[in-house]
Amino acid sequence: MSTITDTTKGAVPKKFKSKKLLIYNPNRVAHTLDQLGLGYFSPIARLVGGDEPKKQLREIVSNTFLPLLAFAVFIGIWGICSQFVVSDSTRIPSPAQTWTAWQGMVDFAEAEKIKEIEYYEANEERALKMEAKAKVAEEAGQTDRVERYNGMAEKFRSKVYQGATTFFDQIGISLITVAVGFLVATLLGVPIGILCGVSKRVNIALNPIIQLFKPVSPLAWFPIVFVFTTWGIEQPESTSIWQRALWTSAGVVTLCSIWPTLINTAVGVASVDKDHLNVAKVLKLGWFKRIWKIVLPSSLPLIFTGLRLSIGVGWMVLVASDMMAQNQGLGKFVWDMYQNGDTQSTAQIIIAVFFIGAIGFLLDRIMLVCQRLVTFEEQNI
Amino acid sequence: MKKNNKKIVALIAYILTAFLGNLNADILDVEKDTLKFGFIKLTDCAPIVIAKEKGYFDDEGLSVEVEAQGNWKELLNRVINGDLDGAHMLAGQPIGATVGFGTKADVLTAYSLDYNGNGITVSNDIWKQMKPNVKKDAAGKVIHPITADSLKPISDKAKSNNAKLKMGMVFPVSTHNYEIRYWLAASGISPGFYYDPGTKQRDIAGFLNSDVELSVTPPPQMPQTLEAGTICAYCVGEPWNQQAVFKKIGVPVTTNYDIWKNNPEKVFGVSAAWAKENPNTWIAVTKALIRAGHWLDASWENRDEAAKILSQPNYVGAPYKVIKNSMTGTFEFEPGVDVRKMEDFNVFFRYNASYPYYSDAVWFLTQMVRWGQLTEQKEDSWYDQMAKKIYRPDIYMRAVEELVDDGAFEDSVFLPAYKANRAGGYKAPSSDFIDGKTYDGKKPNDYVKSFKIGLK
Repeated sequence: MSTITDTTKGAVPKKFKSKKLLIYNPNRVAHTLDQLGLGYFSPIARLVGGDEPKKQLREIVSNTFLPLLAFAVFIGIWGICSQFVVSDSTRIPSPAQTWTAWQGMVDFAEAEKIKEIEYYEANEERALKMEAKAKVAEEAGQTDRVERYNGMAEKFRSKVYQGATTFFDQIGISLITVAVGFLVATLLGVPIGILCGVSKRVNIALNPIIQLFKPVSPLAWFPIVFVFTTWGIEQPESTSIWQRALWTSAGVVTLCSIWPTLINTAVGVASVDKDHLNVAKVLKLGWFKRIWKIVLPSSLPLIFTGLRLSIGVGWMVLVASDMMAQNQGLGKFVWDMYQNGDTQSTAQIIIAVFFIGAIGFLLDRIMLVCQRLVTFEEQNI
Repeated sequence: MKKNNKKIVALIAYILTAFLGNLNADILDVEKDTLKFGFIKLTDCAPIVIAKEKGYFDDEGLSVEVEAQGNWKELLNRVINGDLDGAHMLAGQPIGATVGFGTKADVLTAYSLDYNGNGITVSNDIWKQMKPNVKKDAAGKVIHPITADSLKPISDKAKSNNAKLKMGMVFPVSTHNYEIRYWLAASGISPGFYYDPGTKQRDIAGFLNSDVELSVTPPPQMPQTLEAGTICAYCVGEPWNQQAVFKKIGVPVTTNYDIWKNNPEKVFGVSAAWAKENPNTWIAVTKALIRAGHWLDASWENRDEAAKILSQPNYVGAPYKVIKNSMTGTFEFEPGVDVRKMEDFNVFFRYNASYPYYSDAVWFLTQMVRWGQLTEQKEDSWYDQMAKKIYRPDIYMRAVEELVDDGAFEDSVFLPAYKANRAGGYKAPSSDFIDGKTYDGKKPNDYVKSFKIGLK
């Protein structure tokens, strides 16, 4: 029960010397795996420890093959759909076509890399040519021209490649966008949530606004956020990733994902054990200290529940907000492919759907681990 | 000895320079060398894409990113707010923005991207009803141009059933809007007005007193919207007409070449603020675009190569064989039945297509007045002033001079441009219209008054 807290509390070297911890405890390892959201591996850990091998094996087999079976059925249904869901202008691509499309995407990304190399080579050639011109000018004694040509050569060498954004670049930009939006939502949502939880008056005041804005769709927020970012953010060089479109998209993510954090924080803070607060009173702790030492720690589990919900919402609205803001993320990829209007591009959208799902799942798992970690600690208090 | 060495170096340098040939353009001192341009997935963005892919921007010392935009409104907003340095624009967009119909902001152009290139496509069902009304030759082949006369009975019937035909165009100030309106009105079908001087009523959707309902759909969505049945006809640029043929969901009935021969279509637009800050960059960009336009019209092989480049997913992204049709001068009307050679279907440089004529700007203004987008009647001099504010052939000619100075082109390539410039930037009066009306850019009011359907 105490592995994680012990290691996080920094007493590791000393503990390592104790023989007790070196003994493999399958139950403890399995439990830790469960806590980390890696429940799939816990029967394996138990099996290694020799704990009811038959039961563990049965579990491993069913944990592995049942999902595989379901996935195979899904692929089968998809394959059948691709034969029948066909209109004049478009169709569902088959799993095989989708696989080809995926290879096409990889090839495109590789071709882009080659293009980038060629770009620098071509600019080097241009620079050399300018230097050659400088030499001609030098020979003719035109000193001002020499400087100009050399300057141009320098410029060509300092050029940065601006190629097509590949699918993999777009994944990266999407993650950055969500991270920015989520961070802002957290930095705003947690403090406001604490205020709402601590003071009934603030809660009464803010509640209508929260309830009013909570259900608004990202598509409706976009034009409003667009005005703010256009007004407040200077457009950087086009080589920078911090484009205004990214801020717009992140702003939409913030507005849609702030609510679960805010509400859960408020609930968590409001439901802090009265005894704890009484202790704080007895100790005559100041307001900030009371929040920091008593309220925040005991409401952490709910705050993290809120954060986990928030990141889920944020990732979900990202595709829509990227589409609207023309931010170079996955949403723009889906939109562009939709506009290409080819069966091949529908297949690429399916690939994007898998990636969006997988990344969303990963983000959720990461938040789940964080959530479990704090819940864990609370039980030890 | 030392002197000899120098001579050899100079000789080598000279040979090297000569060897690199066409690339010996000098570079302007550009104010901004890292740029981002926007485009909509249409084949007429080709000059921008080609200038990038062929390294013409790079030759000018510019590093350019080109990015597809979701729709025309978004693209215009992003040019105005500075997200984009410039963009592939509908010729009517700089004009509409500057006179304040829709978003108000000063947007300028010094380069016309192309002539023609649009088509009107109707759904299979409408075509079935239209076909018996269309004139045919002895062999039973449809005679072009197909006018909207053959659509009139269908539209009349639909209107009397209280279910006006719904049609798509791409933007209120787009060439497509004016073209489909021109085509309909030439056959006595009222496409609707934005303003009714009798009641002083305004309608931003342009449905007042209409026989049909025209609404906005982004170009790439046209085929899907037609197939979904939301609209039964549309006017759009390529490849979205040929896409309908290829997917067998509709039949193109006419092209804008038949509505008005060599009509201006897209321009390269920049915001006035940007142009003021980056005058040399603007000239450098125009130089690269001229080279690209020239390359596109130099041979059909180049067009074929361009079709391949445009079919990449980050550009137009439609299949190569769909794009190839119109890019290589072939246009398929009724699928499999009526394929025609149309070498001028889309022109990028020939007929002086890249020169920004004032008379073209004036034509758009006349149509804005005709349909009530502009609610006041204006003096002829107002048209001239507006055209001169928005269209900048002076920048185009600066770019031409630079290109000739650089030795990239012979003077003779630009004879039509010099001629146009001497004529004050106005085209000679022409009557190459489907209704046979004569248009003289210097007499816009006479032209506006000549229409049967239209505000006067």
